[in-house]
Amino acid sequence: MRCRSRRPLPPLRRLGEGSLAPVELAGPTERELDAESADWLHRLSAGEGALRQRAERELHARLVRIALTEVSRRSASTPVNGPELTDVAHQAADDAMLAILAKLTGFRGESRFTTWAYRFVILEVSSKLGRHYWRNPPVTLDAAQWERLPDRLGIDPERHAESAGILAEVRRVVEHELTAHQRRVFVAVVVDGIPLDALAARMNLQRNTVYKVIFDARRKIRRALAANGYLEDPGLERR
Amino acid sequence: MSEWERLERFLRTDPRDVGCDEAMAVLHIYADLTSTGGNPADRYPGVAAHLAACGPCADDFTGLLAAVASDGP
Repeated sequence: MRCRSRRPLPPLRRLGEGSLAPVELAGPTERELDAESADWLHRLSAGEGALRQRAERELHARLVRIALTEVSRRSASTPVNGPELTDVAHQAADDAMLAILAKLTGFRGESRFTTWAYRFVILEVSSKLGRHYWRNPPVTLDAAQWERLPDRLGIDPERHAESAGILAEVRRVVEHELTAHQRRVFVAVVVDGIPLDALAARMNLQRNTVYKVIFDARRKIRRALAANGYLEDPGLERR
Repeated sequence: MSEWERLERFLRTDPRDVGCDEAMAVLHIYADLTSTGGNPADRYPGVAAHLAACGPCADDFTGLLAAVASDGP
């Protein structure tokens, strides 16, 4: 099927106040839909008829397949397992399907339709695994397992006396120079190894919010280490 | 990679980093450019910086690439 249409792209967003940069969304203002994407849009928008129902079943089957593959790929990094993991995949596919159909008119043709659609199910898997983490968490919130920090940072304090010094300095900065919120988030994610999405779900925050807290904490720790002679001045930050 | 390089890399923050929301907003475009042999880091250097620093977003990107590849060329 050769079905081509031209769709104008809406104005580009510019976000990102604060320490994180805005995304650079410069690109073509108009793009031809490829034939396969146009076909998907045509079939999924075909009223209440059999054509649309077949397309929805086909897309849902793909989403289920991708979700099952994705939870399997992530199984080693989540305490969720067995039937619960399979259930997460099916829930993710169902919710992704609803989101895709609700946002169909928002598809801009900047990528293939299937790539755009698959993003929904991948993000649903991430979000659901974060929430399900707390049903059987291997680490509790606020455990503060400082003894595990060397492993997490890949540092062996027994090999070099200086390593022990820098780890102590990292802990000092975390405990005395970060805000209480920064400290809680940094300790949970970096010291205790709680997945960022799990912490976001527990604290009812967006992933980006948690990431920004850690981003700012990393910068503050690096500057303190540089000021005290443990690291060279942070060159990239001068950009 | 030495211990110092690992620590330095962990603490280094890239001012081009656009954060999770912005990176996820264009992840499908970034993935398509990657899977078709393009160079998405040239077009989206801030997204590339973010994916290099954010494990969860990089994991989503890996999953999306695998999903796209599973459909075949």
